[in-house]
Order: sequence, then structure tokens, then C-alpha cells
Amino acid sequence: MVALKELPTRELFGPGHRLCTGCGPATTARITMKALEKPAIIVNATGCLEVASTIYPETAWKVPWVHTLFENTAAVASGIEASLRKQGKADEADIVVFAGDGGTFDIGLQALSGALERKHDFTYICYDNEAYMNTGIQRSGATPYGAFTTTTPAGSKIHGKTDAKKDLIGICVAHGVEYAATASVAYWNDYITKVRRGAAVKGPTVIHVLAPCPLGWRFESSDTMKLAKLAVQTRYFPLYEVEQGRYKLSMKVPKPVPLEEFLKPQGRFRHLFAPESAQDLEELKKQVEGNWNRITQLCGETGVQTQ
Amino acid sequence: MNGDEAVAFAAKQAKVDVVSAYPITPQTIIVERFSDYVANGEVDTQFVCVESEHSALSACVGSSLVGSRVFTATSSQGLALMHEVLYLASGLRTPIVMAVANRALSAPINIHNDHSDMMGSRDCGWIQVYAENAQEAYDWTLQAFKIAEDPKVSLPVTVNLDGFTISHAMEGVAVLGDYEADQLVGKRHATYTLDTANPMTFGALTLPDYYSEFKRQQVEAMNNSPPVIAAVTDEFKKISGREYSAISAFNIKDADAVVMCLGSIAGTARTVASRLRMQGKRVGVIKIWQYRPFPTKEVAELLSNVKCLGVIDRAVSFGAPYGALCSDVASTKVLTGIRTKLFNVVCGLGGRDVKPSDIEGIFNRALRYAAGEPVDEPFSLVGVRD
Repeated sequence: MVALKELPTRELFGPGHRLCTGCGPATTARITMKALEKPAIIVNATGCLEVASTIYPETAWKVPWVHTLFENTAAVASGIEASLRKQGKADEADIVVFAGDGGTFDIGLQALSGALERKHDFTYICYDNEAYMNTGIQRSGATPYGAFTTTTPAGSKIHGKTDAKKDLIGICVAHGVEYAATASVAYWNDYITKVRRGAAVKGPTVIHVLAPCPLGWRFESSDTMKLAKLAVQTRYFPLYEVEQGRYKLSMKVPKPVPLEEFLKPQGRFRHLFAPESAQDLEELKKQVEGNWNRITQLCGETGVQTQ
Repeated sequence: MNGDEAVAFAAKQAKVDVVSAYPITPQTIIVERFSDYVANGEVDTQFVCVESEHSALSACVGSSLVGSRVFTATSSQGLALMHEVLYLASGLRTPIVMAVANRALSAPINIHNDHSDMMGSRDCGWIQVYAENAQEAYDWTLQAFKIAEDPKVSLPVTVNLDGFTISHAMEGVAVLGDYEADQLVGKRHATYTLDTANPMTFGALTLPDYYSEFKRQQVEAMNNSPPVIAAVTDEFKKISGREYSAISAFNIKDADAVVMCLGSIAGTARTVASRLRMQGKRVGVIKIWQYRPFPTKEVAELLSNVKCLGVIDRAVSFGAPYGALCSDVASTKVLTGIRTKLFNVVCGLGGRDVKPSDIEGIFNRALRYAAGEPVDEPFSLVGVRD
């Protein structure tokens, strides 16, 4: 665990970016840059973080940074890593990828899969705000069941997204990555520890960090950290790490806060509380519970599962 | 060696730092040979064998931005899959060299040669050269590194070789010694790189207030390339004795009727032209080596006394008045005021053999038009069933 005062005061990301007030990904980027101990090269996928941090002729980054396309970030990182290896500089820099959930769960999954299989040495950070927020809130493979997005509207017949969220870490673990973890931007200490662990590993590592989006989730921008915490405390987003295939729970949540307390402040779930959506709310709860039980079992935790 | 092997050998002699590639017929032999070099320790190259062409070129862009010399190869669907990355490579000014073993595009699926792959991406901001045979594929690949990496240019280059006709045909290829190749190509000296000691932002969001200026710089880089290409071909000639320029002209001086083409058809065209010359017909051949930037001035000069030109395209521009190559010549006509009559034939699609009799037919038409007949068919498909 790191202490706040041990963190570098220098800001390698920002100030000066144009991300929204209360933007979860912005905080993710900022604390990532504080977590990294070696000089870093950042590879950023298309998305909010990219468009709002490097509007030419300005940049919010004080490290070498490159944006290329939406779906190829892991491939670009592979090329950078291969090049550094050839130059004998592989140990001099951390290659860090920032990609959103769309760029990771969906369009970038193939490139990520290839790069994980080839074992390039980089740390891949997926900042997950659970939809395509940059294009204006469309569903992604990371959008939870029941959530409103502009492509899964809360209609009179269909009430939000009809499919479940993908298991990104499970997919990465299946590739045999040495280290993968989930994190929440609110638990900065846990996140920083995980970023450092990931960066220290020789080979690819993936950190899946929940980073709430006030605009897309429809909540007060002052509540980002509150919601990022509630996501964990309600068991909606379990925090765990997987080291060489071994799952380990990072936060046990023995007395979970009712899921409603996470859902209610968010406009994207408002329709679930209408009487005609009762079944959908139950389904979402069932999925959250099922995921928690599955993960905790993988972590070898007993007595934390719901019956 | 065959054309693919010649290209792989050139990349080896250029001592590329990183190769990232994905197999596709008829390019595959290039990456296979290169893999052999890596496996046998004949090169000190990082070979990143990726999961798609999209990732192949993406990895090349990443490597190039760190200052490495980078090579890849593809064909057809692979080039089409790379499409958006092609613009990225030229826009980020990464001097990647890519061999394209030209092959038709689906549908229907076909693995044989035409130029629809490269023509579909011709406006991607890459310098594009076309080889006629394995020798030229080797020579251009070697020269391409020096052209691409020149700081005045800093643009990616495709070396096009006709699928199977060149890629798989065994020919005698004269290669340079490793030392001579090294002297020619030298080392890459990148101006701007992803460097932790000197942090820079690459690929920033550029809005209407600056985007056009980036594109203007690309236009300027492309315009800067002909003298650089000329200097490289001059140096290459001194080392190898083989002479290259933007265009290769054959029997053009007093020709009334000329056929223009890209790639391997040129050999057949020259053979036919020689035979017609013996019959007293004043015919010649123009082969375009350097398709992008298009050698407008040189084409106009060569055509100044030519009465009629038949342009062979090996790809259809659906719905357009002419195929791609002929459109460029038509533009040249407008820009320079040359009065050469023009007609366009499309042939050799999907590997359809272009026979000497096909070429002779084109020459005969050109001669008729040159003699005063009006161009009755400005665009036609040749060698196709009704």
C-alpha cells in the first residue's frame, strides 16, 4: 500500500485538459501517471481521454504520447515494445496503454488478444465507463444489463440493455497473462498498487478500472467518487487481482450496501424502478449476485457468497 | 529467386529493425523467407507476427515512431483491411516500406493478380512504385528505404509487384553485396520520435483550425519526393549499373502510337512493340515505375509527339470515365495541353492472362486513331467474354 504523501507531486497528465468536471477517466489518467515509477510512453486509443487531452496545438501530457486509431492500440504498443527491444531500451520505459471499454471490450479486443498472446511487455489500462461516451452514450460490451444508452433506450417494450457485461479479466486470464486486476478509481491506493504491480511484470498486464462518467451515467458530477465506491460496496464491481492464474479478492465487502443505492442516483437506471421494469431490475440484481459469487469462488473466498 | 524472395532479401540487406506482418497469398513467401532469416539468426530484426494486417501496419507505425526501420508486406484483402492504417502511416509521417503483391479484391474471391487492391488505396498518401519483374522488385525495395526515410520526404512507400506473375515466378536476380547495400541504404536517422528524454505528443486531435495545414505538409512532402527519388536512383545506378527513374520509355522517340501500363504487362508490351516495329509500325511503350507522385511533367514530355496513347489499367474504377492510370493521364493532358489522343482499356483482372494478341489489338487501335480515325471506344474491357 502506498501513502498519499509518498506520491510524486508532479503532474504528468494535466492540468489543462478539457475533460468534464467529475470525469472518472481523467482521475484515472492522473493517478496512473503518479503510480508509474519509470519514464512512460503512453499509447492512447480513440476516446474521451484522447480527444479532450490533446487538442492541437495543445497537449495535457508531459510524457511521450501517441494516439493512432480506435481498435489498434495494443498492436501499436506491440510495435513500440518490439522497437525498444531492438534498441536495447526495453527496460528503460513503461509502455502504458489507455483505452476505454469500447476500445477494449469491443473493437480493440482482437488486437489486445494478439498482443497478449505474443507477450509484449506493456501495461494495458482499460478505463471502463460502461458505454461509448465519446460518441454520446451508446452501448458497449461493458454496458451492464438494463442500463439505458442511446442505442439501448428505455422504451415501452424493451427497457435498456438486454445483454450482460463481458468478463474482460476472464478473457485476459484465458490468454495466460501473468497479472490482471480490476480496480475502482475511488480506491486510488488499491489502484496505484495494482498499476505498479502490473508495470513491474515482464509481459502484458491488464488493469480494468471502473471510471464513472457523470454525463453518460447521469449523476451529479460531484458524486463520481461516491459512485465509484458504491459500485464496490454493493458488490456491483468486485475488486480482485489475478496473479499467474490465481484469483485474489482485494476487497471482501462482507456487508454489502443494497444495490439500489448505487443504481438510484444514476439516470441510466431510473427506468428500472418503474413497476413495468421490476423483472429487469431483478435480472440485473441476479447478474450482479451471480458475478460476485463466481468471482469470490474463483478467489477461494468462502462465506461471502449469497445463497 | 522469385519476386517475393527478392523482396525479402532486399529487406534483409536493408537491416530492418522491425518486421510486423500477417500471411496472405501471394505475399506470404516474403514473410516466410524473412522468418527463416530470423530463425537462422541471419538478421537482427524483431519479427512481430501479428493477428491481422490491421495490427501488422499498426505495429509498424508504433515501431517507426520509436525511430526504427520498419518493413511489412501484404496483398489484396490485407491491404484493404489496412486501409485506415495506411492514412495513419502517411499522416504520422512514418517512413514504412511495404511490399504489395498485387491481387484482386473479393467478391468473388480470387487470389490472382490485378491492381484493384492498390488502386483502391491510391490516395492514401504513400509513395507508390510498381515493379515489372523480380529484379525490379528487389531494386525498388532496397531504394524505397532510402527514399522513405529521407527527412525531406518522411513518407511511407509501397513497392508493388504483380501477384504470382512476379511474386511466384523464378527469375535470375542480380543482388548487391551486403556491403554495397548497406552503403546505399545506410541507417535511419529519425527526426521526431517517442522519446522519454524529449516527450512529444503524436496523433493529437486536430480540428478545422489546423487539419488543413497538416495535409498541406503531406502534399509538400509528396512534392519533395521526386528529387529525392532521383538522387537515390542515381546513387543506385552507380552501385548497381541499373537505371531507374519515374518512367521507363521504350521506342518512344518517333512513335505515333504508344501503350502505357504498370507492372509486369510492360514486358509483353515491349515484345509486341518490337515485333510491330519490324513490320514498320511506329509504336512504343511507356511503363510507369513511380505511380505516386504521378510524374505529370515527364509523361507530358514523352507524349509531346505521340499521336495516340492506349492506357492499360488493371483495375476498374466503377462508374468513372476511365480507370485510375488513364484518369491521371487525362489530367496530365488537361494540365499540360498535350494533344495526344487517349483511350483506356481494362484487362488482366483477377489474373486473366494478357496475351500478346490482346496487346497487339490495343496497338492496332492506337495506330488507327493515330492515323486520324476518331476514338470510337474511349473505355473498354479487353479479353473478356460477352
